[in-house]
Amino acid sequence: MAIIEAKRLTKIFGTDPKKAIPLLDKGWSKEKILAETKLTVGVNQASFAIEEGQIFVIMGLSGSGKSTLVRLLNRLIEPTSGEVLFNGTDILRMTPEKLRQFRRKNVGMVFQKFALFPHRTVIQNIEYGLEVQGIEKNKRREMAMQSLELVGLKGWEHSYPNQLSGGMQQRVGLARGLANEPDVLLMDEAFSALDPLIRKDMQDELLELQAKMKKTIVFITHDLNEALRIGDQIALMKDGSIVQIGSPEEILMQPANKYVERFVEDVDLSKVLTASHVMIKAETITLERGPRVALQFMRDRGISSLYVVDKRMHLLGVITAEEAVNAIKNGRSLEEAMEREAPTAVSETLLHELFELMSNSKFPVSIIDDSGRLKGIVIKGAVLAALSGNSVMEDGER
Amino acid sequence: MNLPKIPLANWIEWLETWLENHLDPLFQFIRLVVGKTVNGLDVMLNWFPALVLIVIFGALAWYIGKWKMGVFTLIGLLIIENLGYWSQTMQTLALVLTSAFISVLIGVPVGILCARSNKTQKIVTPLLDFMQTMPAFVYLLPAVTFFSLGVVPGVISSIIFAIPPTIRLTNLGIRQVPEELVEAADAFGSTPTQKLFKLQLPIALPTMMAGINQTIMLSLSMVVIASMIGAQGVGAYVYRAVTQGNTGVGFEAGLAIVILAIILDRLTQQVIRRTKAN
Repeated sequence: MAIIEAKRLTKIFGTDPKKAIPLLDKGWSKEKILAETKLTVGVNQASFAIEEGQIFVIMGLSGSGKSTLVRLLNRLIEPTSGEVLFNGTDILRMTPEKLRQFRRKNVGMVFQKFALFPHRTVIQNIEYGLEVQGIEKNKRREMAMQSLELVGLKGWEHSYPNQLSGGMQQRVGLARGLANEPDVLLMDEAFSALDPLIRKDMQDELLELQAKMKKTIVFITHDLNEALRIGDQIALMKDGSIVQIGSPEEILMQPANKYVERFVEDVDLSKVLTASHVMIKAETITLERGPRVALQFMRDRGISSLYVVDKRMHLLGVITAEEAVNAIKNGRSLEEAMEREAPTAVSETLLHELFELMSNSKFPVSIIDDSGRLKGIVIKGAVLAALSGNSVMEDGER
Repeated sequence: MNLPKIPLANWIEWLETWLENHLDPLFQFIRLVVGKTVNGLDVMLNWFPALVLIVIFGALAWYIGKWKMGVFTLIGLLIIENLGYWSQTMQTLALVLTSAFISVLIGVPVGILCARSNKTQKIVTPLLDFMQTMPAFVYLLPAVTFFSLGVVPGVISSIIFAIPPTIRLTNLGIRQVPEELVEAADAFGSTPTQKLFKLQLPIALPTMMAGINQTIMLSLSMVVIASMIGAQGVGAYVYRAVTQGNTGVGFEAGLAIVILAIILDRLTQQVIRRTKAN
């Protein structure tokens, strides 16, 4: 079951917002509703499900309603209609006291402008959520310290927020969001105010934390590269509506409409796609077959090299047609004749990291798993095809 | 067209009589409490030998501010003592502190209520405008009717005149707490009371202190007016000097008020600076 599920979640701003609901049902646009009723559609019937342990990215340009949407999930903004189910319970039906408990125990939040309390020290900021729960002082200090260590700020606990850099402040924000060990962490443009380099570090750290703690994270951003980098699922928003939900690959390779297509056309695919997207099956031969069989094999398939593996597909080397011919002439074995220095990479390697490997070698890059088994190879043509936006999934032979 | 005059004056006097007849026990109670407070403070301040108190005040000023502050306080108070207005100045201080204290006691909660509800703010704001612009002398008459002559009606009219800045700036200070901080407090599940005490009041404190500083200054500016209805203190000397055309005495007594005002102002400013630094 999904940990969070939104069903036709809608927010209309203005007086008497309910009257816009039937208009949305009729399919009126945001502009038309504003012109006719002076009501602003913030979020238009958003439906989605977030699985436990996922990073769910909500992305869109400013004014697309993404920040409103995330605030509907913990009712910082009261939805006009729809449902938000948390583990099956509708949070819109919660009493104020139930809602407070939900916010204290189940959901943490990190804000774009950090929103640290300036009159409290770092550690006092982090323990705020525990303090309002009434957790006893020593216990909450201990929990806050753990959270502080998690974000790598040990030693700064007695500083005030204005003594820290932007990146450090947001680490405090993150630690505060994590201190009460919530099931879900809402991050509203959490890294948008940071310098590009620091932002990348923070993304890496978030991914690391996520791998360790398996938190469910709802991450809001206007930066497509950020979305593609950290998202397991991405929901793309425009004018308050969700235009497409899918994995990063689906968004890139199968845009749902012209808007998404235009949105993703400038993406540097080499920093998003990994070797696994473009690799093709390798033609292999086992060691004991010898050079003659290898040469015959290459002739039959019309190729100029073969990958030499053992019976369990561990990569041993590469043999070219030329070397095979030489080996037959000189009576050498396949093992003696093969090239052992062929470049290798793992399937998570990003394409732009493969460029150098490929340019320095006459062989395709072979892709191996952790134990050295050959998974496939990456040839130049497939990389170029992927970068030009042609779907590799369709014509690649995976 | 000849419209009849609205009998506003009659209505107000009718209301005054009605209040006097029906709320007299309440007024007597207020008179008792306020009177005891001012007198108690007055007796306490005058119980110390002047020089001892001057040294204490000087040390306090030094502690809160810098050494310059301490020296100024010391010299200023010695001048007052030397001119012979010490006991009267302490009477005035008792009146000012009492009305400032009661103003804060009432003003801060009212300011909080205003900050929490736009409706309350809409009702209270014009009332405050009225209280501040209506000439202060006008309060003296009903104050005397309800509380008879003496220091109590003086304190009451000082409060009416001096309370608006505390209310306004408490309201403003809380409303100026950045939206994202309030949102963060909500997101972590604070109750409204936790939000008030853990976030809004601490952040609003410097602004509130600025309001309290103005309240103290305004109640000090009322001491001469209050002396017209029998409040004792250095203000009474100024008033008497004015009626007798005695410039010298008027200046001496006026100087005592100025010194007291500067000390109170600089001290509270210093407290504001300290709360800001935290």
